[in-house]
Amino acid sequence: MQALFSQLVAGLSLGSILLLAALGLALTFGQMGVINMAHGEFIMAGAYTAFVVQGVIADAGISLLLAIPLGFLVGGLMGVILEATLIRRMYYRPLDTLLVTWGVSLILQQVARDIFGAPNVDVRAPGWLSGSIDLGITQVPAARLFILVLAAAAVIGLSLVLKMTPLGRRIRGVVQNRDLAETVGISTRSADRLTFFIGSGLAGIAGVALTLLGSTGPTLGTSYIVDAFLVVVAGGIGQIKGAVIAAFGLGLLQATFEYSTTASIAKVMVFVVIVVFLQIRPQGIFSVRTRSLA
Amino acid sequence: MSTRRTRKRLLGAVAMLMVAGLVSAGCGSRVGASGPGGASAGSCADTSGNSVKIGFLNSLSGTMAISEKTVHDSLLLAAEQINTRGGVLGKQLNVVSEDGASEPTIFAEKAGKLISSDCVAAVFGGWTSASRKAMLPVFEGANSLLFYPVQYEGLEASPNIFYTGATTNQQIVPALDYLKQKGVKSLFLVGSDYVFPRTANKEIKAYAKANGIEIKGEEYAPLGHTDFATIVNKVKGAGAAAVFNTLNGDSNVAFFKEYRNAGLTPAAMPVVSVSIAEEEIGGIGLDNVVGQLTAWNYYQTIDSPTNAAFVQAFKGKYGQNRVTSDPMEAAYTSLFLWKAMVEKANSFKTDDIRKAADGVSYDAPEGTVTVNGANHHIAKTALIGKVGPDALIHADWSSGAPIQPDPFLKSYDWAKGLTG
Repeated sequence: MQALFSQLVAGLSLGSILLLAALGLALTFGQMGVINMAHGEFIMAGAYTAFVVQGVIADAGISLLLAIPLGFLVGGLMGVILEATLIRRMYYRPLDTLLVTWGVSLILQQVARDIFGAPNVDVRAPGWLSGSIDLGITQVPAARLFILVLAAAAVIGLSLVLKMTPLGRRIRGVVQNRDLAETVGISTRSADRLTFFIGSGLAGIAGVALTLLGSTGPTLGTSYIVDAFLVVVAGGIGQIKGAVIAAFGLGLLQATFEYSTTASIAKVMVFVVIVVFLQIRPQGIFSVRTRSLA
Repeated sequence: MSTRRTRKRLLGAVAMLMVAGLVSAGCGSRVGASGPGGASAGSCADTSGNSVKIGFLNSLSGTMAISEKTVHDSLLLAAEQINTRGGVLGKQLNVVSEDGASEPTIFAEKAGKLISSDCVAAVFGGWTSASRKAMLPVFEGANSLLFYPVQYEGLEASPNIFYTGATTNQQIVPALDYLKQKGVKSLFLVGSDYVFPRTANKEIKAYAKANGIEIKGEEYAPLGHTDFATIVNKVKGAGAAAVFNTLNGDSNVAFFKEYRNAGLTPAAMPVVSVSIAEEEIGGIGLDNVVGQLTAWNYYQTIDSPTNAAFVQAFKGKYGQNRVTSDPMEAAYTSLFLWKAMVEKANSFKTDDIRKAADGVSYDAPEGTVTVNGANHHIAKTALIGKVGPDALIHADWSSGAPIQPDPFLKSYDWAKGLTG
């Protein structure tokens, strides 16, 4: 019974990590159709932001809380620069974007290696985030609980921005019908740039959070990029709620399979489930119905 | 119309990728093929002048760069020191560095290039067993020499490779002896899912069976695995006395953070690691590994004049915040061992060096090491260490004397029937 609960927690926690990594991608890939392979490196940039902030402010707790908005800013700015210099020139050319952004991701990894050195760096977790919280039936590592809360906050924040603000309405308008949005006077250029800023910024936040669990090194992003794409594709293009369900679904599946088999087999089984699922439902869990012809 | 055009472009790009793949594969096979035919390739090294070329082949990019860059640094230090002390047989060393890019096929390709177009006298490098296995036929085909500086899973002895890291009976077996001595009665095995951990665990299980140690569980994570919640849950549930860790690379960071967060401590359930050295402690975070155990043949804290000089020279060249670790020391030592072999043979030729190799010894930072001419490994002293609060590893136990290398574990009864 205890194993069941601790695996439930492990699955939910893995889901929240996948969700954080994929949320920004759901926006840039899901909504704009840009296959950005450098998304993982924005995650890495967020993680290194946490490291740099901790270098300035020694208190692990304060520096972590400060690193979250700063990571958002760093990731977002990198995204905007990438959008303005390269991606803008290749909308509607998904394959070219894939190759170009993959190249950018390799360059960014090497840049990180040159700035911070090849070995991993250490971001200390604050005292209140190390150790476990006892829930009676099972124990939850505090860091994982924190990430779960952070992921929930990110989803709620993003939905609020998209639903409630004029800015969000513009973004949704452009996603649903670019030509019509342009005709009614929305600047699609600035909407694109904003979407990219928010999407990449969310990757930065994911990076800050991941320093609590894993390594902070130049190749941090590559460990998450494939899973993040899987979440977005399985969740359905253009839907935040699809990404949420897919992330937690995949997290729970992975944890369940891993407990009953091994980590490697579990990975294979998750892939098989996704392939079969996409055979039955190629559009993912949810899909946007639009009148555009794209 | 537009979809047709994109599809055409897609096909074009895919075709281009395939052509590129074929071309590079072609290059790869050409390098391999030139090996056996070109026995002269091994001896195209020009040793007539007052300098001689040697090749360093390490991953300077890709996932393995994190570790291999440090080995490259210490190889460069050794070459520099040899040159300032008069070179090898009076000839200055001329280093050609190549990037293996963390890809075994690129290692094989670059090894071929170093041998047959740069005409180096010997090559130093490699890290993963996959890279070594990829390079092995290239060196055997060209009858050239590779010095491989990393501890590995054993069960190999190529006439064209010198193994200066530990084989299993100099690292894993002593670690098990140590645990047995400490009264450990049960183990949980955690490793990355590839050849080294699987082979090592096979040996550990054979040892455990013969010595009455119970194996409570065995878990493998894919290389680069980042979520250890489930595996740590299993470890916690199994309740073994200690964990034997053969994880490699970044996975160690995630594993140790999870281990500590789950409330497991070195006092209650120590973890013995064979892939974590001084270099990795900073990245994992000292708080997460302090008090845990490691098995190696060298630590920066070894108290000897030779080691003090090595550490001082390394820090002097690369910065005071750098540390030295076992693979770095094994690489550094490999260059000096090659020098000693060449000088004993009075020749840079592979066959002469091989004949002279047996018994060549060097007063290395880890202590005196001696080459075993029969299996091309070296006799080394095993040290079990504990991660200290100063982020260095301190030897807690020593085998006392150098252990003769036995890559096929022939001298151990419990290992009968083990195969790669």
